[in-house]
Amino acid sequence: MLPEIMLQIDFSLYALYMLLFLVGIGIGSEEQAWVAIKKLNIEIIVVPLSVIIGTFIGVIIFSLFLPGWTLKESLAVGAGFGYYSLSSILITQISGQTLGVVALLANLMREIFTLLFAVLLVKYFGKLSPVASGGATAMDTTLPVITKFAGREYGLIAVFSGIILTILAPFLIILILKS
Amino acid sequence: MPLVLLFFGSGILLGFLSHKNKKIISLVDILTNWSIYLFLFLLGNSVGINEEIIKNFPKLGRYAFILSIGAVTGSIAVTYFVSLTFLKKDEK
Repeated sequence: MLPEIMLQIDFSLYALYMLLFLVGIGIGSEEQAWVAIKKLNIEIIVVPLSVIIGTFIGVIIFSLFLPGWTLKESLAVGAGFGYYSLSSILITQISGQTLGVVALLANLMREIFTLLFAVLLVKYFGKLSPVASGGATAMDTTLPVITKFAGREYGLIAVFSGIILTILAPFLIILILKS
Repeated sequence: MPLVLLFFGSGILLGFLSHKNKKIISLVDILTNWSIYLFLFLLGNSVGINEEIIKNFPKLGRYAFILSIGAVTGSIAVTYFVSLTFLKKDEK
């Protein structure tokens, strides 16, 4: 049904570049965003740290309902923080394809969930919640919906938190699986 | 990653330079909304085309779903409580 070329090239990446350019303009033109930078200091550490701790606590609790999988496996998948491309490749290399596909699916779901429900998250759980939900994806793919529904002044904490989690994800995955 | 920063960074710069121009800003707002829809559509496309995802979904989807809900719930909960106690931000 789709034109052939759309089956071969992933255009979503180009759409993302264009989208981030536009979101950048939105943030750069927003006075409150520049004000927010001054308040950033401790948040830059506290937010990603909360996401890491929260992810692991959540995974530990929910994995109690999953008798077929070890805690180590579940934690490694959670340590992707939404970063589905790298986490799935890394986990496949270390633990095999099955867990790698689970990592792909779980982290992709995390990203899509954030994209689709950001507006509800902000409404019921506050403006920082989509940043927490997005995890590593808050720096790029979920940044647009974060700035749209939480406000442009949250763009920068989203980017910083996302970057930190993106960097830590592979280290934590390896640490968990090799321990 | 570097391309992402390039596009994002140049956008920020442009936005900063044109912050007084209301027309540009509202145009950018509209374009941003439609770009979000376009991006979501294309992302959905890339998922639907991906055989690995579609093939494995029935088998492994339940496990992945539970893990992602757990991760998201935990992240939001901890961040929420931490923001109340440490960050003293008016969240709601």
